[in-house]
Amino acid sequence: MMTTKTHTSRIYTVSHLTREIKTLLEERFPFVWVSGEISNYAVPASGHSYFSLKDAKAVINCAMFKGQKRMLKFRPENGMKVMGMARLSLYEPRGSYQLIFEHMEPEGAGSLQVAFEQLKEKLSAQGLFDSSRKKALPFFPRKIHVITSGTGAAVKDIMHIAGRRAPYCHLEIIPVKVQGDGSADEIVQALKLANQRKDSDVIILARGGGSLEDLESFNSEAVAMAIAASKIPVVTGVGHETDFTIADFVSDLRAPTPSGAAEIALPDAAELRHRISQTESRLTRAMTHRMIVLQQRLDDLYSRLKSPRQVMESQRRRIKELTGRMEGAMEMRLGHSRERVQWLSEGLKTHAPATDKQAIQYALAQLHIHMKHRLTQWENRVDSAKNNLEALSPKAILNRGYGMVRTLPDQDLVTDHGQVKIDDRVEIILSKGRLETRVEKINNA
Amino acid sequence: MPKKKTFETALAQLESIVKEMESGDLPLEDAVKQYETGIKQAKFCMDILDATEQKITRLTRNLDDTLKEEPFEEE
Repeated sequence: MMTTKTHTSRIYTVSHLTREIKTLLEERFPFVWVSGEISNYAVPASGHSYFSLKDAKAVINCAMFKGQKRMLKFRPENGMKVMGMARLSLYEPRGSYQLIFEHMEPEGAGSLQVAFEQLKEKLSAQGLFDSSRKKALPFFPRKIHVITSGTGAAVKDIMHIAGRRAPYCHLEIIPVKVQGDGSADEIVQALKLANQRKDSDVIILARGGGSLEDLESFNSEAVAMAIAASKIPVVTGVGHETDFTIADFVSDLRAPTPSGAAEIALPDAAELRHRISQTESRLTRAMTHRMIVLQQRLDDLYSRLKSPRQVMESQRRRIKELTGRMEGAMEMRLGHSRERVQWLSEGLKTHAPATDKQAIQYALAQLHIHMKHRLTQWENRVDSAKNNLEALSPKAILNRGYGMVRTLPDQDLVTDHGQVKIDDRVEIILSKGRLETRVEKINNA
Repeated sequence: MPKKKTFETALAQLESIVKEMESGDLPLEDAVKQYETGIKQAKFCMDILDATEQKITRLTRNLDDTLKEEPFEEE
């Protein structure tokens, strides 16, 4: 009775009931954290993901929309254990409920992430990441130790880069397991080994990228401590660009990839060769310039060095010239005097009375005598002037404070202002030494 | 203790010689000596860079704790 009554007292339509259930469910479970194993994973053309989450006893249908999927750090797969946050939703047309995931991560990753952050904080507090304790990389390493897997892309990449940039550098590879059991210990031993050998300039610690689990040994405290203890600078090249490991924080330099580590550690031989040849040609240029300047100075001095013969020759020329001028002047004067005498005697002849012929003849005779006397006198004077002149060496003239002016570089004697122009170089030969000067002003007096 | 001649020290010496030479203050005899040293340093560096065959070895520890160094062969 009761049942019947209940049934009849409130009759739901399917829609109504479904809506009631939907409200109940969605209000009761607005957001839930769920863990389970993925199955029936499918991604239709819409890009959304549809799958089931199950455990040993039950299954729930799930969906995750494209927008939320973009935030995932992993790719969900069947059989993967995940944990995530979802809201419960009922789809009325099908009468089915499902979990709409907002966020999801592989189960276990969460605890690894926590451990990573905790260790990072601890080591940071110990000062292991301080930039003050980072060692500088040597400029030109002759030998480097590469600690990485003996197989795989990382070691190939490093060898490739080293072959291209730095054939001068000896690579010594210490192969280690880069993941899995014993990996951290092998890396620690390898770091110790390199430090014990003490024959390399840099250590590269490298491996390809991977999940947090794959990188576990690079996030271990033991490896971090071994890097910190290394006396040889350590460059890490782990992963592909974005993965940061604890090892990266402790290392002296972090490169985003194994190739990057090799590039940072090894200077490019081609660039260095270019730099050296540039420097070398600067050196040669400096030396050549120096030599040219000295050669020019030497040439100049050499050309100014005059031989005694040259000096004598020029003095002889000077004497000859002076003598010539003196003789010329004398002859001219004598000529004038002769003419005048002739003219006067002509006049005398014309004007003399015939009667005074005797007197005239006497006078004429007197005149001749006087004239002859006078001529002899002049001749003597010329002779003595000549003698004086000959006795007079240029040296003596110079001794009296005269200077001989000659043009440079032709060394012509300057006797006329017209021979030189303003700013011409001239030399003045003094009794002792010579001056080299420039013409500053010309007076044509 | 005189430092071992390395690529770095040779390059640094070459560069400081060039600076000194370019300043032009050196007596000629010294300049010639410095020039010769500079050329020698440049050659020293170039010879290192001109190495053609890269040395790649593999260092492992044997079970008896001895070390083994051998040419690296890609596996």
